[in-house]
Amino acid sequence: MSVVSSLVRLARAAPFAARFKHTLPPLPYAYNALEPVISREIMEIHHTKHHAAYVNNLNVAEDQLKDYVERGDVNSMIAVQNAVKFNGGGHINHSIFWNNLTPLGEGQPKGDLLAAIQRDFGSFDTLKTQLASKTVAIQGSGWGWLGYNKERGKLDLAVCSNQDPLQATTGLIPLLGIDVWEHAYYLQYKNVRGDYVKAIWNIVNWKDVSARYDAAIKG
Amino acid sequence: MLWMWLLCFVFVCNSERIYEGLVVYHDELKLPDLPYDYNALEPYIDEATVKVHHLGHHKTYGDNTNKALKEWREADPTSPLARSSIVRILQEITEVPETWQVAIRNNGGGFVNHVIYWATMCPNGGGSPSGELMMQINRAFGSYVAFQEHFTSAASKLFGSGYVWLCENVKGGLVIMSTKNQDSPLSDGLYPLLVVDIWEHAYYLKHQNKRAGYIQSWWNTVCWDEVPKLQRFWHQSRNSL
Repeated sequence: MSVVSSLVRLARAAPFAARFKHTLPPLPYAYNALEPVISREIMEIHHTKHHAAYVNNLNVAEDQLKDYVERGDVNSMIAVQNAVKFNGGGHINHSIFWNNLTPLGEGQPKGDLLAAIQRDFGSFDTLKTQLASKTVAIQGSGWGWLGYNKERGKLDLAVCSNQDPLQATTGLIPLLGIDVWEHAYYLQYKNVRGDYVKAIWNIVNWKDVSARYDAAIKG
Repeated sequence: MLWMWLLCFVFVCNSERIYEGLVVYHDELKLPDLPYDYNALEPYIDEATVKVHHLGHHKTYGDNTNKALKEWREADPTSPLARSSIVRILQEITEVPETWQVAIRNNGGGFVNHVIYWATMCPNGGGSPSGELMMQINRAFGSYVAFQEHFTSAASKLFGSGYVWLCENVKGGLVIMSTKNQDSPLSDGLYPLLVVDIWEHAYYLKHQNKRAGYIQSWWNTVCWDEVPKLQRFWHQSRNSL
């Protein structure tokens, strides 16, 4: 048997040996790039503290999970699921969010995405109104989402609590997320969540949202 | 002159605590004034936070509760629960019609939760309890230090928005529990004695993401003189609720 195939067998036998570790993705723009909609101070803390904490804590939770799996400790495996969901969701959501935003906001979607929005909501303005309304109304911490319902072949809106990831909890493919945890806006907008959600439309990266839509309908 | 001093003494001793109105029916809930100035909890809780927290968040919960209660009362003029105190309504939250249940759980809960929060903090707070309450804490948790560690741990670990509470149950036992969003321990048959607000708005302006620093600061505001008064209030109110 060749050396290569022996190594492959070894790697398969110890799947966690060289385990993938999650890392904080860099922002695609400078911390101050989204001003005046979102301040540099918020972006820096949001990325380097909150998102970084989700990444670190996800790695810790995964290490613990690995340990419990190897020991056959089912109770602990179940108990750590909350930490995996919370931190894993936080990592997924924020990784999407940074790319959903851009300093070069074009104001509205184009092409196939715009056509789908008009088909499923009547107009872009209706989508904005409905998504904003649902998102502002979230109790506590959470996210508002524009997603793609693959089963029904249409766009859909949803809200998720805390860091619940959209796809894992609802099946919808995430296209555009609006973070309404208070840390996303408080330093600038205080308790006026509505102003933040109104302003964020100016920095939505419709190219990114379109690319996600194109991938969703193909996939 | 003496009668004036006596009158002042009586007034101060009998001045209503901000939670006393919670167990009485009101046509409209009114935002109570804080028992201290907005800057009185400095340096532990900053003035800017206390102002927005009280005049922004707490006020909005009150306004939204009033809106929901008004609609419910107009829709069902015979409902006795709709004409009860907000505490009673929260205790029977599952009996509130579906149309208004979520709004009242969230906003009525928010209104009451914040009253308890303000009521159990004060300037020159901190230290530790004494007397009967201290004995109860020792019985329930082993020691005050153990209680503080347990409470702090729960507050640090809470995911998302919510509160951590020290409550008394109907058997007189003490428990530490947490609620999510604006859920109230009253809805679980418990009586709140002490609470820390873990919503980010409670600490973000001063502490940003550093929740641990906020919790540590908050311990310095805990009013161990007020907690037994709140406890006695629940004991006395229980029969009339």
